[in-house]
Amino acid sequence: MRFLFRPPAAEAAGLLSLPWDRPLQEWDPSLLLEVPQRGISRHVVRFVASGGRVFALKEISERLARHEYRLLGEFEEEGLPTVSALGICVDRPHDQEAILVTRYLEYSMSYRWLFSSARGEHSADQLLDTLVELLVRLHLAGVFWGDCSLSNTLFRPDAGALVAHLVDAETAERHPALSPWLRAHDVDLARERVGGELLDLQSGDLLPSVIDPIEVAESLAPRYEALWDEVTHEQVFGVDEQRWRVAERLQRLNDLGFDVGEMELVTSDEGAKLRVETRVAEPGQHRRELLRLTGLEVQERQARRLLNDIRAFRAYLESTAGGPVSESFAAHRWLAEVYQPVVESIPRDLVGRLAPAEVFHEVLEHRWFLSEKAQRDVGTTEAARSYFDTVLPRTPPEITTPSVIAELGPKG
Amino acid sequence: MASIEMRNIVKQYGDGFPAVNDVSLDIADGEFMILVGPSGCGKSTLLRMIVGLEDITSGDMIIGGKRVNDLAPRDRNLSMVFQNYALYPHMTVYENIAFPLRLSKTPDDEVRRRVTEAADVLELKEHLERKPANLSGGQRQRVAMGRAIVRQAEAFLFDEPLSNLDAKLRGQMRTEISRLQRRLGITTVYVTHDQTEAMTLGDRVCVLRKGKIQQVASPRELYEQPVNLFVAGFIGSPPMNFLPATPEGNRLNTPFGTIELDEKRAAAVRGRDLLLVGIRPEYFEDASLVDEAKRPLGSMFRARVDVTEWLGDSQFAYIPYEAPEAITAQLRDLSRELDSEELRTQAIVSIDSTSRIREGREAEFWLDSRKVHVFDPTSGENLTRDAEAGAELTRLATQDRVEQLDESRGGAARVGAA
Repeated sequence: MRFLFRPPAAEAAGLLSLPWDRPLQEWDPSLLLEVPQRGISRHVVRFVASGGRVFALKEISERLARHEYRLLGEFEEEGLPTVSALGICVDRPHDQEAILVTRYLEYSMSYRWLFSSARGEHSADQLLDTLVELLVRLHLAGVFWGDCSLSNTLFRPDAGALVAHLVDAETAERHPALSPWLRAHDVDLARERVGGELLDLQSGDLLPSVIDPIEVAESLAPRYEALWDEVTHEQVFGVDEQRWRVAERLQRLNDLGFDVGEMELVTSDEGAKLRVETRVAEPGQHRRELLRLTGLEVQERQARRLLNDIRAFRAYLESTAGGPVSESFAAHRWLAEVYQPVVESIPRDLVGRLAPAEVFHEVLEHRWFLSEKAQRDVGTTEAARSYFDTVLPRTPPEITTPSVIAELGPKG
Repeated sequence: MASIEMRNIVKQYGDGFPAVNDVSLDIADGEFMILVGPSGCGKSTLLRMIVGLEDITSGDMIIGGKRVNDLAPRDRNLSMVFQNYALYPHMTVYENIAFPLRLSKTPDDEVRRRVTEAADVLELKEHLERKPANLSGGQRQRVAMGRAIVRQAEAFLFDEPLSNLDAKLRGQMRTEISRLQRRLGITTVYVTHDQTEAMTLGDRVCVLRKGKIQQVASPRELYEQPVNLFVAGFIGSPPMNFLPATPEGNRLNTPFGTIELDEKRAAAVRGRDLLLVGIRPEYFEDASLVDEAKRPLGSMFRARVDVTEWLGDSQFAYIPYEAPEAITAQLRDLSRELDSEELRTQAIVSIDSTSRIREGREAEFWLDSRKVHVFDPTSGENLTRDAEAGAELTRLATQDRVEQLDESRGGAARVGAA
């Protein structure tokens, strides 16, 4: 047998002792982690925990495994929102297929749960827009997905919004650039798959009756076209307008969740022509800033939310100290006095339902809601208590992230 | 259903590399055409150009008499079979086949008609109300085919559909696809690198090498009258043996003795220096088992056997031979190009399973010299190909196909007909 992986992979060292020579289907359940069905897979998929992390193991042909491993590595390097591939195991005895190992995307949710969710705050619209954003990002990067579907996507809550991640790149192809036909074909495939998946949920009585699968599937192409146009179209305007036009376009792209790599402005007698080169990577400016200040690794919108809270806290410190307080000092105090106490007070049986940063974001939302009702600032501690009593318990235990399940309970 | 015509199709990438180079090919309405060749031969690119996933640098792609170069994939009305074979667990088999029609808002009675007809052809009728979890592997694949059928496409396209299945299911599906294509009589283009699939499925097979067509013919013609060394080496398993040979009058001197050529073939190779003679494994036999009457039709030679492989119903013997460096290098290149592992300086010889020939010993063999071909080692050209005999084989295959097509179209209800 042969293992191929990219260092550092220290957290996965424990995986080496697994029975790779045997078919995944025959592995002893005590070695595996039970993860609720994530979607529809054509292959045998199993989950294991090692070193506090969870990994997904998928049995596929060696050709596909190598292809997917290589592509996922490229995607990750470029900052595309995909799962991260740890490695592959090939040359297994008795001509068995290869196994692709990916790092489990913690705190992610499948469409099955999101659509049938009792909380219902993520609308079908939001889910679809998120999927379309992912597809646009991939297309900008010259990636033809070939199997864009809800099953092949995982969604992560990010300060009330969702971020879609690609989890299956078996059919993906890399091109220098995608032709309009190829893009249209990819969208067409997505339309059919999403339609099929929603019809399936409907057949299983898992879809709220207000959602019409056919309508939703049909809306995919126009949504895609609109977003693609927003991020790629060339603009022409008068030279005198150029300053605010450029700023406006930049703002619009940022609002849509895209960063701009380079802008090209060509002026002529007819006016100015603006072409933008949109970055394919997820924006990460806030994420990086928060990491620098606090060491916390969270998602982009969550980071923006936390940074705002740090700013407010710094202003509070300055007003009580009567003088300037450094940013790093404020962040340090905020982490110890505001953020950690909330996270640490999450009741044990509710840990792992949502990422800590998402819990914090929701507590802030809840605090705003309570304060408005009470016509006074109720404070974070009280808001957190109320949130843990009334809101967080509404998330079902099934969405508890696997690494927490692995740490908490006895095996299984 | 429609014919597919390609006129001087070229696909050139940005770096100027021609992935497909001047391909002209006519696929008749209802024909099963295989595109085959080793990796990098351009077969998948060609298929993608038919579908519209790859734009055509130059040339004309004509489907059903209409030039489609500028038509988007969805406007070409072709069906990539197995592109989506996800089965939805809560939906019945019926709905799993029907859902693409639902998404396109096809009226219910039309959906019912098409799904019932498809289920009929696929023998899924009894399973329509079941959930896919209760289906066998083969039945699940048939559901995926059902989706393609109900679309009523002009043609079916397959891109190495069996390469990710296990051996047993692969064999099953091969039969299934072949049966289905015959029953529906739908124009089909099938890409594979597997010569067994190519030989068993297609009415005609188009062998590609480095973006160029080598030969388009029925499987029989490819096997018996290959145009060159490449086709001869690619088609057939175990592969054709190539031995160095020098002509002398009407004879060829080879490591396995002299081979007598008939007048026509002798004339074709006269005046040449070093040649390659191509002999299929089954043209050999253990000399002790050959009829007296048959012996004069071939030649005899003695050789030491390296290994024998007894498979019950058949037996192979491996006989090493010496070849000049120029020939060895040539054969090594060919092996590499054909993605085959063995370096061919040993002959693989098929002998009767009752033969007592033993490993490591010398034995006497008989060689049927009537069917050998002689190749120019430099150009690879088959010097002894009988074009007329070849054409006749393909004509017979075409006749078979047309008869079958008439039967399926005249007889059963026309399923999948546009």
